[in-house]
Amino acid sequence: MATPPILTTHDLARTFETKRGTVEAVRGVDIAVQPGEILGFLGPNGAGKSTTLRMLTTLLAPSRGTATVAGHDLVREPALVRQRIGYVAQSGGVAPDEPVRRELLFQGRCYRLSTAEAAERIEELARDLDLEGLLDRKCAELSGGQRRRLDIALALIHRPEILFLDEPTTGLDPGSRADLWELIRRIRAERNTTVFLTTHYLDEADELSDRLIIVDGGRVVAEGTPEHLKTEYGGSPQATLQDTFIAITGRGPKKDDLAPVAL
Amino acid sequence: MSTLLSDTGVVFGRYLRQTLRSRISLIFGLMQPMLFLAFFGPLLQDVPLGGEGDAWQTLVPGLLIQLGLFSSAFAGFGIIMEKQLGIIERMRVTPVSRLALLLGRVLRDAVQLLTQSLLLVLFGVAFGLRAPVLGVVIGFAFVSLLGVSLASLSYAFAMRVDTPQEFAPVINSVNLPAMLLSGILLPMALAPTWLDVLSHFVPFRYLVEGTRAAFVGDYTDGSVGIGALVALALAAVSVSFGTRLFRRAGA
Repeated sequence: MATPPILTTHDLARTFETKRGTVEAVRGVDIAVQPGEILGFLGPNGAGKSTTLRMLTTLLAPSRGTATVAGHDLVREPALVRQRIGYVAQSGGVAPDEPVRRELLFQGRCYRLSTAEAAERIEELARDLDLEGLLDRKCAELSGGQRRRLDIALALIHRPEILFLDEPTTGLDPGSRADLWELIRRIRAERNTTVFLTTHYLDEADELSDRLIIVDGGRVVAEGTPEHLKTEYGGSPQATLQDTFIAITGRGPKKDDLAPVAL
Repeated sequence: MSTLLSDTGVVFGRYLRQTLRSRISLIFGLMQPMLFLAFFGPLLQDVPLGGEGDAWQTLVPGLLIQLGLFSSAFAGFGIIMEKQLGIIERMRVTPVSRLALLLGRVLRDAVQLLTQSLLLVLFGVAFGLRAPVLGVVIGFAFVSLLGVSLASLSYAFAMRVDTPQEFAPVINSVNLPAMLLSGILLPMALAPTWLDVLSHFVPFRYLVEGTRAAFVGDYTDGSVGIGALVALALAAVSVSFGTRLFRRAGA
C-alpha cells in the first residue's frame, strides 16, 4: 500500500522580470516525494533547481501552481511549513564571530524552543554530528567539513520532517564529501527524515539518492531510481549516470561538475 | 503578540551580544561627534550664537542629533554583510516573526545609541557643559526616537541593495545635507532667510531645537513640544514604512 507523499507540487512555476523581458526559471513542475526517501534533484546549472528549492522552502513565492509541504499549503500556511522543514543553503549561513553553541541556541529559539529544550538538543546533535569538541569555538574556526555539519545541525534542531539540502557537498574535499554522504544516510535512517537534495554532481546523485528527478530548462525531464533511469535512457543498468544524463538532457554537465571523489 | 515579543527579545539578544563583543563599533560611532566636541567646541566659547544657553548647551544637543543621524543611518550596513553570508536567508526559513527580525535589531541600535549619547554628554560635562538632568533625559528621548526611525529605514533600504558600495553613497548623500540643514553645528538663527526657510523642511531641525531648549531647562517655549511631535511622527512613519519595505523585500 502506498503511503501518501510528504511533498507534492502541482504546476509549480516561477518567472522573473528582468530588463530583457520575462524569464521562466521554473515552468510548471509536478513532483511527489515519499516520506523517508532521499530524493536527488538533479540538473545542469540554470535548470531551475535552486529556484524550485527556494519556493519549496518558502523563500520565494511561486508565480503559479500549488504545493503541499509536510502537510501544509505552501502559499497559505508558510509559517506551518517552516516549522516542519529544515534547509541548508549552499553557502551555509553562520556568523563567523558567533560561537557554535550560540548559533545553535539562537536557531533553536527561532523555532520557539525553550532555552532548556534547545540546550538539550544541542548536546544531542553535537554527539550525533560529531561537533562535541567544537561547541565553544567560533564558527570561523571550523574546517569546511565541520562547517557543513554545523549547517546541518542548525537545520535539524527543531526535528524537521523534511531536510532540504542545496548542493550540500560543493567546495568540500573528497574525504569530507564521503563523510557527508554517510551522515545524510544516517540522518535518514535514524531520524526517518525525508531528504530533498539538489546536486549537479552525478556521482553524488547516483550514490546517495533512492530516486532522482532530473530537471532541465525549468521542467522535469525524467524521474525514477538511478537503475531505472540508466536502463531506460542509458541502455542498461550498467550504464553510467553520465551517459544517462547526456541521453536525457542532450548534453553533459560541465567538466568541473565531475568532482574527483574518493570512494 | 507574545511570540512577537519573545522573538524580538531573541533577535535583540543576539545583536546586543554581538555589539558587546566588538566594542569597537561603539567607539567608532562616537568618533565624529567627539572630534567636534574637542576641536570645534572650544572655538565657539566667545562667539555670539543667538541662543539662550552657552556654547556647550548649543553644541552638545546638535552633536547628539548628529550621533543619532550617522550611527542609525548606517545600521543597515550589517544586514548587507549578513545577506552575503546567507544569515538572513537562514533566519527567513525559520518561523521567527519577520517583524521581530527588524525590531530586535532596531532595539539593539537604540540601546547602543543611548550608551553613546551618555558618553558624549559625560565628555561634554568634562569640557564644561552644564545642563539640567531632565533636559538631558528629554534630549536622550529625542535621540532614541530619531535612532529608531532612521535605523528602520536603513534596514529596509539595505534589504534592497546587494553591496555596501551601493548603500554607503546613498546614505552619505542624504545625511550630510540633512546635518548641515538642521543647524547641528551652529543654530539656524544665524542663517540668512533663504537658508533658514529651507532648513524648516528638514525634520531633524526641530529635534535639534527641542534638545537645545531642553538643555537650557526651557520646557515650555514650544520647541520641546514641537520637537516631541516631530520625533513621534517621524518614528511612526519610518517604522511603519520601514516594516513594509522590509517585509516586501522578502524578509
